[in-house]
Amino acid sequence: MLDGASDGAGRMLGYAASILAALILVSMALMVPAVVDGRPVLFALDWAPSLGISLAFMVDGLSLIFGLLISGIGSLIFLYATGYMGDHPQFGRFVLFLFAFMVSMLGLVLARDLITLFLFWELTSITSYLLIGFDHDNPRARRNALQAMLVTAGGGLALLAGFILIGTAAGGYDLAQILAGPGLQDSNLYGAILVLVLLGAFTKSAQFPFHFWLPNAMAAPTPVSAYLHSATMVKAGVYLLARLHPALGGTIAWSMALTTAGAVTAVLASVLAMRQGDLKQALAYTTLMALGTITMLLAGAHPYALTAAVTFLIIHSLYKASLFMVVGAVDHGTGTRDVGQLGGLGRAMPLTALAAVLACASMAGLPPMIGWIGKELIYAGAETMTAAPFVAAAAVAANALMFAVAGIIALRPFFGAPVATPHPPHEAPWQMLAGPVILALGGLVVGVLAQPLLGSVVGSALTGSLLQDRAAGLHLWAGFNRAFVLSLLTFTLGVMLYLMRDRFAALVDPVLRRLPSLDDGWDRLLDGLRVLAAWQTRVLQTGRLTAYLMAVFAVVALALGLTIIRTRPEIAMELPRSAFLWLTAIFTAAGAVLALNTHSRIAAIAGIGTVGIGVAVIFIYAGAPDVATTQLMVETLSAVMFAIAALRLPGITERRSPRRQMAHGVVALTTGLCVTAIILSVTASPLDRSITSYFEENSYALAHGLNIVNVVLVDFRAFDTFGELIVVLLASFGAYAVLKRKRRAGP
Amino acid sequence: METLVACLAGFLVSMAIWLMLSGNLMRFLFGLLLLSNGVNLAILAAGRLTPGAPPLLGTSGALPPDTMANALPQALLLTAIVIGFGLFAFALALTIRAYRSFGHLEVDRMRSAEPAEDS
Repeated sequence: MLDGASDGAGRMLGYAASILAALILVSMALMVPAVVDGRPVLFALDWAPSLGISLAFMVDGLSLIFGLLISGIGSLIFLYATGYMGDHPQFGRFVLFLFAFMVSMLGLVLARDLITLFLFWELTSITSYLLIGFDHDNPRARRNALQAMLVTAGGGLALLAGFILIGTAAGGYDLAQILAGPGLQDSNLYGAILVLVLLGAFTKSAQFPFHFWLPNAMAAPTPVSAYLHSATMVKAGVYLLARLHPALGGTIAWSMALTTAGAVTAVLASVLAMRQGDLKQALAYTTLMALGTITMLLAGAHPYALTAAVTFLIIHSLYKASLFMVVGAVDHGTGTRDVGQLGGLGRAMPLTALAAVLACASMAGLPPMIGWIGKELIYAGAETMTAAPFVAAAAVAANALMFAVAGIIALRPFFGAPVATPHPPHEAPWQMLAGPVILALGGLVVGVLAQPLLGSVVGSALTGSLLQDRAAGLHLWAGFNRAFVLSLLTFTLGVMLYLMRDRFAALVDPVLRRLPSLDDGWDRLLDGLRVLAAWQTRVLQTGRLTAYLMAVFAVVALALGLTIIRTRPEIAMELPRSAFLWLTAIFTAAGAVLALNTHSRIAAIAGIGTVGIGVAVIFIYAGAPDVATTQLMVETLSAVMFAIAALRLPGITERRSPRRQMAHGVVALTTGLCVTAIILSVTASPLDRSITSYFEENSYALAHGLNIVNVVLVDFRAFDTFGELIVVLLASFGAYAVLKRKRRAGP
Repeated sequence: METLVACLAGFLVSMAIWLMLSGNLMRFLFGLLLLSNGVNLAILAAGRLTPGAPPLLGTSGALPPDTMANALPQALLLTAIVIGFGLFAFALALTIRAYRSFGHLEVDRMRSAEPAEDS
């Protein structure tokens, strides 16, 4: 229905979503004073109390920062999307997906219960799948959407296991309690928890070696990329690492894993970003760099490192959302986003250029942008970490590369000589300008007024959520210290890299080409999975009924046999001296052997009858005349029915190959042996006659019957007998229905 | 003497499984009957064999001086035999019906539900 809406209605929907997101932003902002005062806002609803799961939410410093970013940037993205694709025939659907994604993301960062968190975690995977694959006519988009979902949802499964282990180790799923508790670092489940949680976080935040899905996810419409890869989706993993830092962080394993993955991702991604011609792809790789840097900083345990992580997260959201929107505007205004085909757009698109320059200044870490403060904090934080020289070197390398990439994005399309573009450049509509300009200016404003605007919120995230004793201050000028020197070094390297970008690309390209990536094998992996599925279906579901029957009996034989081998029960062996019993047993067994023959069906039926009579004789011998009578009648009836049926049925032949006969014989003999062994072990253990005694004592007293078996059947267990009657009745109805010949119409 | 009955039960079960796996519906039915007899013997043996002495009370419910045969497995057996007969009768009807529909009794060639893939 939404798809059929006219352009105007679609746009109204976009505006409405934008306003709704803005209202969420306002309501989150209203919680700031309480949270800063150290009073987190809590909300809980019982969900599955028997499992200790509740639909619980909490707004503390960390959640609040994420909540503000998600709703604030979300509001601008809706506005932007309305301008970017408001006339798309399926824009209504798009708004729905995007809004569902935003709500899932908010649920994720506000969840106080681990299972609730997991639920929203998976919801973001599913909704991002819909968003990345929104252009569903394009097979590439479908493939990349599926890849993103499989990678993140696969990590999500690991995460669920990790959460359940956390719940076991901490005694509950309530995050507030887990974080307030003594931490899980000493738990004997810690190793497993850490591996599983990191798998979840690294896949979501696209850390090496799971980084490949993120650049592919650029198949999404630009507003989606701007949202998912700035403040939301990919930040979920980082959020989780920060959230669980007090409970899991501080160990060597944590520090090593995060430092390595973060540093490798950051440096590799920024090198890869340098060689992208497509502006959007370049931004995708810089997102990886930012995520790597934050992960690396979260490896630390010092307030400086953690302040740097939280601050850089805010900074990155602001400039990255802005830049993605700028690239979308450039694409919209010129018809290309290939940096080689762009130049001198500043004159035609002044506001876009302004946003690009400001956002890139923040990304490059130039003063007085907030990016400068972030970079200083990163260096200050790196000094406090265990592997300080390594972290600092990785940070400098990544930041210098980032500087160069920022230069490419800010300068090359907008300055220099104008280049002919697919269509003449024009400025984007106001809806598409509001977002990038506001966010880019925001980067400047919070840069100048960092401490008054952000200080208290970052502080509450540090003291309230990450449980540090203090936060580092956010100052443009922190004095002439080592961090400042590293910044100067970064700028120098960055300028050099920018100037020698072509030579640098030529230098690293051959190396990068040879780097293996999981993306190369991805399609083969999926194909392999399909082949495997088809193969196992063919093997397990052959469609041959005897194969199924064989499986059933083999499992029975295996289960019985293993139980007997494992428990080694006592076995009573006591052969009878009664010749009568021996004769009966041989007679019965001979009947069974006769039933195996294939030459004469009547002989086989006679063999079956012989067995029935032999068993009846054993019943008589064992003092069971009622049973024997019934057995004789049933066997007679069976033989008669069989004989009648045989008149209408064809002869029988043994069609099995010798090999199959062998296999069937083994299974049949094993099962038979197991049955014998189990009966023998049962008879070796003492008999509990209490039920029988009850029947013996009460059958006359309660039911006035002398034949105990009869009394049991018609009195003590009358309902069983009644049920048995119904079964026989139903069988006869069924047989009648099956055998009734259909009256054929016509000749 | 339970030992002999146990051996016989195991033997019957073996023969039954061999027949049921044969792939011919008629032999499957032979197997079904043998299986039901084998299992019945197993139930009997599990409740111990007491030669003679059927579980009958004397006049006015007096317990006989000797131990009677165990009444409980006998009651279970009666039910089992009758149910087994019902099952057999229905399976026999199905077999006749299958022969009418397919013209043969080879279960591996009955593939209406899971047709063989053309490869």
